[in-house]
Amino acid sequence: MSRREVAITGIGVISPGGIGVPDFWRLLTEGRTATRLVTHFDPAPFRSRIAAEADFDPAAFGLGPQEIRRMDRAAQFGVVTAREAVTGSGLDMSTVDPGRVAVSVGSAIGASVGLEEEYRAASDDGRLDLLDENYAAKHLYNYFVPSSIVAEVAWAVGAEGHAAMISDGCTSGVDAVGYGCDLIREGSADIVIAGGTDAPITPITLACFDAIKATTPRNDDPEHASRPFDASRNGFVLGEGAAMFVLEEVEHARGRGAHIHAIVSGFAGRCNAYHMTGLKADGREMAEAIRVAMAEARVNPEDIDYINAHGSGTKQNDRHETAAFKRSLGDQAYRIPVSSIKSMIGHSLGAIGAIEVAASVLALEHDVLPPTANLHTPDPECDLDYIPVTAREQDTDTVLTVASGFGGFQSAMVLTAPGKDHA
Amino acid sequence: MTPSAVVTGIGVTAPNGLGTKDYWAATLDGTSGIGRLTRFDPSGYPAQLAGEVPGFVAKEHLPSRLLPQTDHMTRLALVTADWALADAGVKPDQLDGYDMSVVTASSAGGFEFGERELQALWSKGSKYVSAYQSFAWFYAVNTGQISIRNGMQGPSAALVSDHAGGLDAIGQARRQIRKGTPLAVTGGVDGSLSSYGWISHLSSGQISTATDPDRAYLPFDASASGYVPGEGGALFVLEDEAAARQRGAEIYGRIAGYASTFDPRPGTGRPPALKRAITLALDDAGVTPGDVDVVFADAVAVPELDRQEADAINEVFGPRGVPVTAPKTMTGRLYAGAAPLDVAAALLAIRDSVLPPTVHSDPYPDYQLDLVTGTRGGPVRTALVVARGHGGFNSAVVVRSAR
Repeated sequence: MSRREVAITGIGVISPGGIGVPDFWRLLTEGRTATRLVTHFDPAPFRSRIAAEADFDPAAFGLGPQEIRRMDRAAQFGVVTAREAVTGSGLDMSTVDPGRVAVSVGSAIGASVGLEEEYRAASDDGRLDLLDENYAAKHLYNYFVPSSIVAEVAWAVGAEGHAAMISDGCTSGVDAVGYGCDLIREGSADIVIAGGTDAPITPITLACFDAIKATTPRNDDPEHASRPFDASRNGFVLGEGAAMFVLEEVEHARGRGAHIHAIVSGFAGRCNAYHMTGLKADGREMAEAIRVAMAEARVNPEDIDYINAHGSGTKQNDRHETAAFKRSLGDQAYRIPVSSIKSMIGHSLGAIGAIEVAASVLALEHDVLPPTANLHTPDPECDLDYIPVTAREQDTDTVLTVASGFGGFQSAMVLTAPGKDHA
Repeated sequence: MTPSAVVTGIGVTAPNGLGTKDYWAATLDGTSGIGRLTRFDPSGYPAQLAGEVPGFVAKEHLPSRLLPQTDHMTRLALVTADWALADAGVKPDQLDGYDMSVVTASSAGGFEFGERELQALWSKGSKYVSAYQSFAWFYAVNTGQISIRNGMQGPSAALVSDHAGGLDAIGQARRQIRKGTPLAVTGGVDGSLSSYGWISHLSSGQISTATDPDRAYLPFDASASGYVPGEGGALFVLEDEAAARQRGAEIYGRIAGYASTFDPRPGTGRPPALKRAITLALDDAGVTPGDVDVVFADAVAVPELDRQEADAINEVFGPRGVPVTAPKTMTGRLYAGAAPLDVAAALLAIRDSVLPPTVHSDPYPDYQLDLVTGTRGGPVRTALVVARGHGGFNSAVVVRSAR
């Protein structure tokens, strides 16, 4: 019996500078950046005052006042992108068994916007050691346990199969897509609404990255602050957003004549077991994840047309990742174009892995590779083809996307154009 | 053939016992660990009872450099993992890192740590926030720390689905074993008994405000009025059965079945999905309802939810068709640690041919459950563990004797 394959038949994206798939893709291919000084609150007290913010109005997407109150920003992103994905897939949910529809949502920090707001209210801005429950929202529990985000997505699409939140730090988004693929392949579901969402542009999150100097202090030049692989980079730029997909068993998709954007042909994750935030320079575990994902997809380094990098713009990441590509792809690493869309939309923690899957799928479909913005003088230790500044047209059938996260998580996914898979 | 996943090691940190031996002795004895909160002063809150893990001194078990960077529940988890590995006779440093996965569940992350840093930020300023905040609070912390401490580099994850997440983690660990990783540390150890955690629990509207520990958490009782939160949980060493047998490991039992479903959106009028989770898990295990010797219930002790659970159990097994128990009446509900602790109890029940009791509850006859209110003997070969999470998560695991 041939194995069950997974098709992507719907995509939804909320990104800084790009709400909805068309605007998102336009931003990336035009090489524009959405990084700016933080406007969600006054960033003056912080070392890094830059973020890539999404100009998102939940009411414009049909969320009612009660839903907006009940849902954290990350949940709102998740629901709106899930709806965009389902609508785009042409799937009529009334014709499928809801028990065969699963949900897999990645998020690194869950409902942190709501948690911080409620903390401030209930503690009188930290004055009280013992918080006063009378000042907290009735739906505080939804923020406390972030699986409420998954529940909102499941309700929005009418799913009654397995519902899961995957929280693997900054690999959560791609890991949740990988988890969804496993559910389809093993037969637990025919359709999975999968992706990632995070809304981390909050004082506590700025403060925690300030404390380890992970984010860039390039406050006088916010539009050019996210500079992966450039010699002058000095940290990442926080972002926010979500991407959700309709994952569908291939025969199910073909049976209803669905448009197949891409096949998820391989996925693997490994851990470095080294440090909660640090990376070894050798890239060994990410390389292993890439090798295993390629083996599952039955592709060789020669088959890879494009790599969507993690490319966060920290020195240790960019070197770690470059080493991982060389270790796993050999000489082919020098041939394969690589880019980091974080240069344009920042790093949205548990969402970005899924947003990068969306960018990878769009690259396959449009045969256009998004660039690495702001890359003018490459770090000499990063000596691959990182598609500087300008998008590139190129026939693209097979894409590798990778992610790396706090906790030591390293993930890799291979996406293939429909009809071009190597099975 | 699909590889079978077996449990070869158990680690427990529970409110009624630190370590598997103490927990199990207390549980069979009907000794509860529920008492008045000591972690902070609860007198101003409507609920004041919790299950706190007794006698845990982190520095007796962990190197001092780990203490400033870890929340209380992560310290419990690291030690619980150590005990599970020791119980299994596994020395991680003698194995290939890629051959070991870590899959844990979390509900709210290192919440007490996060609360402290929120207070530092808002009362003093951003420069006072700990350099460890970026990873001590987030939900993946226990998985990451266990991976680092033990050199485990296989495919790993953290899952969040409130009280149901512990079973989902075990399901995912079994999936990795089936896909070829020989060993996984899995389960959940959780806890958020801090002031902000407490008002978050209270906001669920499901917390018992009783003051008598013996009358506070009474699932399936006519006077059920909510549950008592607790901390702790269980972690397991799960192994590919062939590999475990080859190294001569002692096997507690098999994770024979797993399934998970989500309830319909409220207001649709469609039936809840718990029964379907149970049925799918039994099918996955290849067993019939008649094969099941005991059900470890989710047991929220909120009348509407108790009713739903009793209905689901009765629809599958028939009225009073199977012994049902909730030893969590002695620990409180441990969020992501709750269901793993029940899986530990199920494995020990299989080992010792005994059913642990549900304490203090006087079964409400309308539910038509055969509630195990006193320790009961009898062979146990197959146990079902049920767990639910806020919003509509339902998960079920079937544990079977591997003998």
